[in-house]
Amino acid sequence: MKRIISVLLENQSGSLSRVVGLFSQRGYNIDSLTVAPTEDATLSRLTLTTHCDDVITQQLTKQLNKLVDVVKVLDLTDGAHIERELMLLKVRASGAAREEIKRCVDIFRGQIVDVGPTTYVVQLAGNSSKLDSFIEALGDAIILEVVRTGVSGIVRGEKSLKL
Amino acid sequence: MELLSGGEILIRALHDAGVKHLWGYPGGAVLHIYDALFRQDDVKHILMRHEQAAVHAADAYARATGEVGATLVTSGPGATNAITGIATAYMDSIPIVVVSGQVPQEKIGEDAFQETDMIGVSRPVVKHSFLVKNPADIAETIAKAFYIASSGRPGPVVVDIPKDVTDPNTKVPYHFPDKIKIRSYQPSVRGHAGQIKRAVNLLVSAKRPVIYAGGGVVLGNASAQLIELAKKLNYPVTNTLMGLGGFPGTDKQFLGMLGMHGTFEANTAMHHADVILAIGARFDDRVTNSVDKFCPSAKIIHIDVDPSSISKTVQVDIPIVGPCQSVLNDMIALLGGIKDKPDESAIADWWLQIGGWRERYGLYTKPRYEPSDGKLIKPQDAVKALYKVTEGNAYITSDVGQHQMFAAQYYLFDKPRQWFNSGGLGTMGYGLPAAMGVQMARPGAQVACITGEGSIQMCIQELSACTQHQLPVKIIILNNQALGMVKQWQDMQYGSRYSHVLYEDSLPDFVKLAEAYGHIGLRVNHLDELESGLEECFSHKDRVVILDINVDQYEHVYPMLIAPGSMRDMWLNKTERT
Ligand SMILES: Cc1ncc(C[n+]2csc(CCOP(=O)(O)OP(=O)(O)O)c2C)c(N)n1
Ligand SMILES: [Mg+2]
Repeated sequence: MKRIISVLLENQSGSLSRVVGLFSQRGYNIDSLTVAPTEDATLSRLTLTTHCDDVITQQLTKQLNKLVDVVKVLDLTDGAHIERELMLLKVRASGAAREEIKRCVDIFRGQIVDVGPTTYVVQLAGNSSKLDSFIEALGDAIILEVVRTGVSGIVRGEKSLKL
Repeated sequence: MELLSGGEILIRALHDAGVKHLWGYPGGAVLHIYDALFRQDDVKHILMRHEQAAVHAADAYARATGEVGATLVTSGPGATNAITGIATAYMDSIPIVVVSGQVPQEKIGEDAFQETDMIGVSRPVVKHSFLVKNPADIAETIAKAFYIASSGRPGPVVVDIPKDVTDPNTKVPYHFPDKIKIRSYQPSVRGHAGQIKRAVNLLVSAKRPVIYAGGGVVLGNASAQLIELAKKLNYPVTNTLMGLGGFPGTDKQFLGMLGMHGTFEANTAMHHADVILAIGARFDDRVTNSVDKFCPSAKIIHIDVDPSSISKTVQVDIPIVGPCQSVLNDMIALLGGIKDKPDESAIADWWLQIGGWRERYGLYTKPRYEPSDGKLIKPQDAVKALYKVTEGNAYITSDVGQHQMFAAQYYLFDKPRQWFNSGGLGTMGYGLPAAMGVQMARPGAQVACITGEGSIQMCIQELSACTQHQLPVKIIILNNQALGMVKQWQDMQYGSRYSHVLYEDSLPDFVKLAEAYGHIGLRVNHLDELESGLEECFSHKDRVVILDINVDQYEHVYPMLIAPGSMRDMWLNKTERT
């Protein structure tokens, strides 16, 4: 099952490599990983997605918590939460296809952020399956490049992952 | 405020952190530190002959005292040599701090001479690590390192210090913090009261209970509590390889060690148990055999200070996260207060059944190995003789192999911190430097390393450091002329094809080797010389003695769990299995 886990991490040199190292060391697969400093510059916020069963997820959460630099770990999967991913796509856009692509971008509520003579760069945010559908809708033939940030997630409502 | 250089601060901070002995080896990146060491007497430096041994010695010193062991090594090869020692400590949860030198900060990343990314190389085998960038940070970093190493589930911490940080020309004020708080690190100090209550209720309802106690009982100083609880309940106790001594080996409630080479009675009792109380043990694969066949009818209570140890391989019914000592104290207190008592007749029946197993194949009711022909020395008999000659009071270290298992099976440890071995990593070469660490911690005590002719050669160079630092350890080689444990597996699984486990007459003369280092070397070939040889060995109180005992080359260690299988599936000897 797909899991989305949030981690609050000391923003120190080497702390990210400990998290990443843990995954290879213990044989967990990460599908995506995003990380950036928070409003508190001493802390980083990390979101990771992975596919694993409950037992492994539990272990993974515990192992993350065990890292001295990890302040808090929260498995967002089962509670109400929002997840977003940003994607930039470069597509071949010439002739009649230009209009067609524009329509598709509008339907998905994306934006064309760069217009070249034969290319567009499209920006699209949303949950991962929306991004997948968009790629599918455009079709492989015209896609030149796909850049995805990986998922970021946050809990809905009052609860928050803080110190 | 007093101004000190980084090197001086480091030594002062180590002293303030409680370090009396620093095991180390010098080199370019730590020259400033060694100069600071030269100009003080608070911290005693012990020059070893290899960084791996320096770490093993500090590790064993920590195991012996319960304090944090300390090591100092240089950058590059010094640091990488230390890795095996660090990994050994990591697998066995031993509190040590390893300070490594690093190239100056301006050179980091340039592939400078003797540059190794120690933080990176050590990452998978440390509890935590620090790179110190500023002399003003040294004291606090050392305080944090010692706190992290010794609290919660203990483990090794690396402190990597670039050479410019210890520069004698840069002086800063010294301040050692008396309290450390790390916001991202809060180890459990107390078990959950509700869980403990549930555990006690389950425990007293048991009809076929087993207490399975591991190294956490020793490390967590919970031996007295374990004994009290076991006595109150009259339940059988088994120890893991790491837990030996946590419960007295000669106690009638003790079933012996469990696991791969555990006793028939311990493994069989585990398999049939209805309630298992696991204390500071981690359901290692050398204990459980196949996890899906592990203790099919047992409800399991698991006490461990590390939540990630709980339900890692075996799913448990009542997890309790907390230090063994405080949780056991809580359990003992609760036991007095509840109205349910253990079912005495069920427990009596259980003891009867266990008695039957002991009679049938038990390791201590009669010898389960082919007796000696009167001349040939059985390795088991050698350990038994050692036990007799030292009256069971020696501190015993060991290496890895058959000799280690015979030591674990036949030297009955009555006290915690009496038995030292690399249980988790299984590091050949641990035994001799470990004996030195123990001897330093216990001056005047009998310290013996039970080793093999293979293992002893992995850190043999420390015979020289023993002379220098007057560490009169006794080295008992169970010499079977082979990498015996590997050869046993080749016998059992590879049609006795002895691929590279024999030395083809290349072994050194260990007696002469001892003498070359200025020590005493003794050799024993026949059974009738065994006891007198051991007595002579220990009569040289202030000398290092190597006792080279020629033992039966064909002996195997039994019982041995059969994989895949449950804990009751065992080879009992070369031809008989359960
Ligand atoms: C550093 C290291 N290398 C290899 C091994 C694998 N190994 C385990 S036991 C063993 C044989 C040890 O031989 P010896 O010390 O003579 O002990 P014996 O089994 O003969 O008693 C070997 C090679 C190990 N445990 N550690
Ligand atoms: Mg051998």
